[in-house]
Amino acid sequence: MKESTIMKIHYGTALASVGLVAVHILMRLTTGFSDSLSYENVLANYRSVPYVIMLELILILLAVHGFNGLRVILLELKQGRVYEKAVSYGVVIGMIALIGYGSRTIIMTNMGMV
Amino acid sequence: MAQVSSIAEEQAPNPLSASKTILLRISRFNPESDDSSKFMEFSVPYQKWTTVLEAILDVKKHFDHSIAVRYSCRQATCGSCGMLINGKPRLACFTKISELDSDVVTVEPMNNFPVIRDLAVKFERLFDSHQKIKPYLIRDDTELESDQREFLQSPEELENFIQFANCIKCGLCNSACPTMSTDSSFVGPQALAQAYRYVADSRDKGKDTRLDIIDESHGIWRCHFAGSCSQVCPKGVDPAMGIQFLRGYLLGFRS
Amino acid sequence: MTQDENKEGVKGMANPGRYGIERIAYLLMRLTGLGLLGYFIAHVYETSNILRGRMGWDDFLAMTQTTEGHIFLVLVIGMCVFHTGNGIRIMLGHGGVGVGKPARPDYPYDPASQNYRHKIGIYSSIVLAAVAMMYGMAVMFGE
Repeated sequence: MKESTIMKIHYGTALASVGLVAVHILMRLTTGFSDSLSYENVLANYRSVPYVIMLELILILLAVHGFNGLRVILLELKQGRVYEKAVSYGVVIGMIALIGYGSRTIIMTNMGMV
Repeated sequence: MAQVSSIAEEQAPNPLSASKTILLRISRFNPESDDSSKFMEFSVPYQKWTTVLEAILDVKKHFDHSIAVRYSCRQATCGSCGMLINGKPRLACFTKISELDSDVVTVEPMNNFPVIRDLAVKFERLFDSHQKIKPYLIRDDTELESDQREFLQSPEELENFIQFANCIKCGLCNSACPTMSTDSSFVGPQALAQAYRYVADSRDKGKDTRLDIIDESHGIWRCHFAGSCSQVCPKGVDPAMGIQFLRGYLLGFRS
Repeated sequence: MTQDENKEGVKGMANPGRYGIERIAYLLMRLTGLGLLGYFIAHVYETSNILRGRMGWDDFLAMTQTTEGHIFLVLVIGMCVFHTGNGIRIMLGHGGVGVGKPARPDYPYDPASQNYRHKIGIYSSIVLAAVAMMYGMAVMFGE
């Protein structure tokens, strides 16, 4: 993938996640911070399909943005064909693993498998 | 090793401008024989207009002839005398001791450039990066073939790139760049600014070629607009501006 | 034998002094980005405790809803707001917005790209982050 395409994705995920993360944080402030973190309230959030879609989007957008940022920093610290390939693949694996683990939580909780 | 002594009597100080002295610390390092660099210290008189280069040449003349330093024009035109002066990349001929506001002046070779000896560094990487971006007008025809006598350019078209053509390849920008501190493969702000110089030139038709060259993992995308290159440029080239304009082409802000 | 490239290394990359607020913003952007990535990974892990039922969730809350947990979260709020605000400024800069216009350079050769617009953007991000941190403290410690 061309570096310009990767960076457009980097910028795009950043911009897209700003509003979604703001909503995610505001949800914690509407009913009082500690009340919003109670078990029942959190479960109710997970049962709401629009909220679950928002969570999934945040997970994917931030995982892509964050791990790509890590890739950029690591590529600047050390160079070499083997190292750069290892960083690129490692970052993608980390991205997929985090998205997979987070999606598992979201889907299982939404389906009532708690 | 400190050498504190006065200059020979052949140059009596001008009574109308009393001179002060500073402690000049010069980094000495010969990669062929030394394990690490060390500093030699000299007490050097200076006046309001004395430049760091003049102080170094004073030391070279009166104390230690073996100090290796590159210089030529003494007027910030050739770009030869770039070095770290009190931790910041500057041209020695363009930096007055009085403007440093310090009793101690430390000079070291520019970082991110391999050291030849003492204050002289190798410029191969800068020249290679510069050549990589094709620093010449790219077009199919030449002025010999065209209908007009030369390729015409309006004053407005000239203003678009003339600032970036002021580059004297001194390397101070590459020395200041945070990415160059760790990334051996980064093209560097000098090459990227020169890439924009040609892309912005209305006579040039090689924009897509150059954008392809810099659109790689150690190309333009490793610039993060820290702006240190522009802070140290002695000729007002403002490489950071050129790089962001160049990136605008890749991001679709410019066409 | 490859000659030492005389690179400054991480020490040089991470040195925020010498070059003004823009270099400090560059370093803060890196630090906040790494900090937020670490927090994000930990957050995805800790919220998976919901799958352990009420007991598991309450155990996790007991660990995070503490003074130290709140202070940590306040830092995360600050990092998030700064990274977002400065990130938007950088994205605009990367497109050539607000970096000035080319012109014939003249002594003292002040760089047009290091102008008040971007400096205000950086300082605004820092101030917004501080305000957000204070608001976060008011919410978490005010209850």
